[in-house]
Amino acid sequence: MENFGNLMDGFGIVFSFYHFGLMAAGVLLGILVGVLPGLGAPNGVSLLIPLTFTMDPISAIILLTSMYWGALFGGSTTSILFNIPGEPSSVATTFDGYPMAQQGKATQALTLAFMSAGIGALVGVTVITVLSGWVTQFALKFSSPEYFAVYLLTFCSFIGMGSSSPFKSVVSMMLGFAFAAVGMDGMAGNMRLTFGITELIKGISFLVAVIGLFGLGELLQTMEEGLRFDGIHARIKIRDVWEAILSLPKHWMTLLRSALVGCWMGITPGGPTAASFMSYGLAKRFARKKDGFGKGEPAGVVAPETADHSAGTCAILPMLALGVPGSATAAVMMGGLMIWGLTPGPMLFIERPDFVWSTIASMYMGNVMAVILVLTTVPMFAAILRIPFSIIGPMIVVVCFIGAYQISGARLDLWLALVFGIAGYLLKKLDYPIAPMVLAMVLGDKTEDAFRQSMIFSKGSLGIFWTNSTLVATIMTLAMLLLFWPLIGRLVGRLRQQRTPN
Amino acid sequence: MFKAKLITTLLASALYATAAAAAWVPEKPVEFVVASGAGGGTDIFARTIQSIILKYKLMNAPIVVLNKGGGAGSEGFVYGSASLDDAYKLTFGTNNEYLLPLVAKMGYTADMLVPVTALALDEFLIWVNANSPYTDAKSFIEAAKKGDGLKMGGSQSKDTDQTLASMISEATGAKFTYIPFKSGGEAAVQLAGAHIDANLNNPNENLGQFKAGMVRPLCVFSSQRMAAGPKVSKDMAWSDIPLCKDSGIAIDNYQMPRTVWLPAKVSPEAIAFYTTMLKKVSETPEWKSYIEKTSQSDRFMTGDELRAYTKQDAERATAVFKREKWIVQ
Repeated sequence: MENFGNLMDGFGIVFSFYHFGLMAAGVLLGILVGVLPGLGAPNGVSLLIPLTFTMDPISAIILLTSMYWGALFGGSTTSILFNIPGEPSSVATTFDGYPMAQQGKATQALTLAFMSAGIGALVGVTVITVLSGWVTQFALKFSSPEYFAVYLLTFCSFIGMGSSSPFKSVVSMMLGFAFAAVGMDGMAGNMRLTFGITELIKGISFLVAVIGLFGLGELLQTMEEGLRFDGIHARIKIRDVWEAILSLPKHWMTLLRSALVGCWMGITPGGPTAASFMSYGLAKRFARKKDGFGKGEPAGVVAPETADHSAGTCAILPMLALGVPGSATAAVMMGGLMIWGLTPGPMLFIERPDFVWSTIASMYMGNVMAVILVLTTVPMFAAILRIPFSIIGPMIVVVCFIGAYQISGARLDLWLALVFGIAGYLLKKLDYPIAPMVLAMVLGDKTEDAFRQSMIFSKGSLGIFWTNSTLVATIMTLAMLLLFWPLIGRLVGRLRQQRTPN
Repeated sequence: MFKAKLITTLLASALYATAAAAAWVPEKPVEFVVASGAGGGTDIFARTIQSIILKYKLMNAPIVVLNKGGGAGSEGFVYGSASLDDAYKLTFGTNNEYLLPLVAKMGYTADMLVPVTALALDEFLIWVNANSPYTDAKSFIEAAKKGDGLKMGGSQSKDTDQTLASMISEATGAKFTYIPFKSGGEAAVQLAGAHIDANLNNPNENLGQFKAGMVRPLCVFSSQRMAAGPKVSKDMAWSDIPLCKDSGIAIDNYQMPRTVWLPAKVSPEAIAFYTTMLKKVSETPEWKSYIEKTSQSDRFMTGDELRAYTKQDAERATAVFKREKWIVQ
C-alpha cells in the first residue's frame, strides 16, 4: 500500500487552483488540436513545449498530459463526425462511429465514445497505480521476438473478422505492408521503393493515406449516394446524452475486455493503436450479432475507445519507468522531461517520487475533467452535421487537404491523398476492407523491424518465436488460435454434428 | 584635400559596410529544422538552444521548431537545403549531415549545407549488463573473439554505432553481431533486459539504467577521462570510467559533434549573426548545465577549425564504409 500513500501525496501536490487551471487550459487546447485534422497530439504538445521552459516540471507535465487527453478526445470527435481520425489510435472508432453519425445518432456516438474513453483511462491509471513496480520488470522481458508476437496477434485478430472474405482482408493488409515499406529501410540503411523521388525518403505517412482513404473516399461515396447526410434531420436532445450514458452498463463485458486489452498493450508496450484495433476485432468476434458491426453498432464505438485510452494512459508508465515512449506524443513529452532536467528511467521513481506521483494523480483528475469538458461540447459538435452537405462537403475537402499538407509540408502528400481517396472509393465498391490496410501501414514498420531483429538474434531460425521465452510462445499460440478460429470453429461444429446422430 | 576626402569616404563606406554586416538580423520567423524525431538527442539539443535564446532574448524573431527525422534524419537536411540562400532555416544535426549521403542516395549532397558551429561532442562508451561477467574492456573483447562473438545493439543501421562496432572489430579482432534498433533508448532497454550483450550508447542514452545499476560502462572512446563529478551509480562517477585505448582497444577518439547548419549560399553576414548568437548560447549557465546533465564534452567550434574537423571525421568514416562496402556512388 506504499503506492497508495505516494498517490495521496501526489494528490496533495496537484490540488491547487493553479494546477486545475492548467489542466482545463490543457484539455481545451488539446480538444482544439485534436479536432483540427493534421495537427494532432504530437504536434500540439511540441508547440506547447517552449511555454513550459519557465515552469516547474510538475506544472509542465500536468499541462502537457492534459493536452494529450484533450487531443485524444478531440481525435475521436472527427473520427465520428467526418470519418477522419485525428490520431492513428482513433482509426478503429470510425468503423462504427461514422455510420452512427450518418444515421443521425451522432450525439449517442460521441457520448458513448467519451464515456468509454474516460472509463478506459481511469482503469489504465488504476493499473499504473497498483502495478507500477511490477510493470517495469515485466516490460524488461520484452525483446524483438516478443514485440513481433504482439503485433502478429493484432494482425491475426483482424483477419477473417471483416464482413468480406478473409482473402480480401489479406490482400488489403499486404498492400498496406507494401506502402509501409516505402522510404528508408531502418535495418539495412538503404532506400526502398522511392523511385528517386526525394519526398518519398521519409516514407508514406499513414495519416495522408487515412485522410484519403477515409475522408475523401467517403465523400466520393456520399456524393454518389445523393449528396445528403441523414444527420441533417436529427434533432439534438440533451436527453440523448443521458440515455447514452445510461446504456453503458449494457456494454460492461465489452468495456471490461477492452480495458484489459488496452492495459496489457499499453504496458507491453504494443501501443494504443494496436490495442484499439485488437479490441474492436475481439468485440466483433464475441458479439452475438456480428452483422451490426461496421454499420453503426454502439459496441463498435465502445470497444476501441476504451482500449485506446486505457493503453494511452498505461503507456505513460514505460515512458517514466524505462524511457521507452509508447506513442509519438509520449516521445515528445520525454524530450520535455529531459529539458526540464529529469532523466526518465527506473531511478525517476526513487529520485523524484513527488514528480512521478503528481503526474499519476493528475492523470486521474485530468481525465475526469476532460470527460466533463468534452461532454459539454457534444451538442455543439453534433450540430455541425445539421449543416447541409453542399456546404459541409467542400469544407471537408479543404480541411482534408490542409490536414494532408500540414503533416510534413510536402506537396507530394496532396497528390497521395487524392490517389488514396480514389483508391478508397474503388476498394469500397469492390468490397475490400480498408481497415487491414491502414493497420498494416501503422504497424508494418515496427513489425518488420521486430521480425528482422529476431532473425539476426536467431541467425535466421523461426524457432525463436516459440523457444525464446514462455511469454513469446504463449502470445504466438494465442495468435495462431485467433487466426484459425473460423476454421477451428467449423471443425468443432462438424464434430458435434457427427456425434449427435450417434 | 581631395585625398583626405577620398579617405574619409572610403573609411565611411567601410564603416557603413561593417555596420551593415553587424546589422543583419532575422526579420521573420526562423525555422529550427531538427534532423531527428521528437525526443531524440538532436531534438533535445535544438530545443535546449531554443529555450536559452528565448530566455536571454538573443534573437527577436520568433523560432519555429520542426522535427524532420524521416530517412534517419535526411528529411531534415533535404528540407534545410531546399533553397540554397534561405537564411531562415537553421538545421540541427550531428555528423550524419556528411555521413548519410555516403551510404545511401539521400536527395541532398553534403556540400549543400555549410557548418555554422559545433557546440558539443557526445561521447561513446562500451556498456554491458550489470549481471554480465565482463568487468573490464579486456575480458569483454576476449569473450567477443570466441565463437560467433557477441550481440551488439545500437541505434540505426550504418550509423555512428555500427561504424564504431566495425572499428572495434578491425582494431581488436573481436566479432560482433550488430542489431539495429530505432534509437539508443531502445538499445538501452534491450541491454537492461539482457537481450543483447552490449551497446555503444552515448552517456545520456544509458543514464537512467546506469543510475539504477542495471548496466555497467566498461570504457570510453576518448583521449581523456570524462568530467569529474558526483557518483552516478552506487560506486561509479563518469570520471571513473577507464579509457578504451588504455584497455587495449586502439581507438584514440570517437565522438559525435552536435552541429548547426545553414544552406551553402547564405550571406556571410547571416552566418556571422548566427555564429555570434550560438557563441553567446554556449556561454550561458543553462548551456553548461545541459552539457553536464547529458555528460557531453563542451566544445565550441566554428569556421576553419570546424571545417577541418568535419573533413577529418568524414575521411575516417569513409575508410570504414569502404571496408564494409556500404558506400554508394
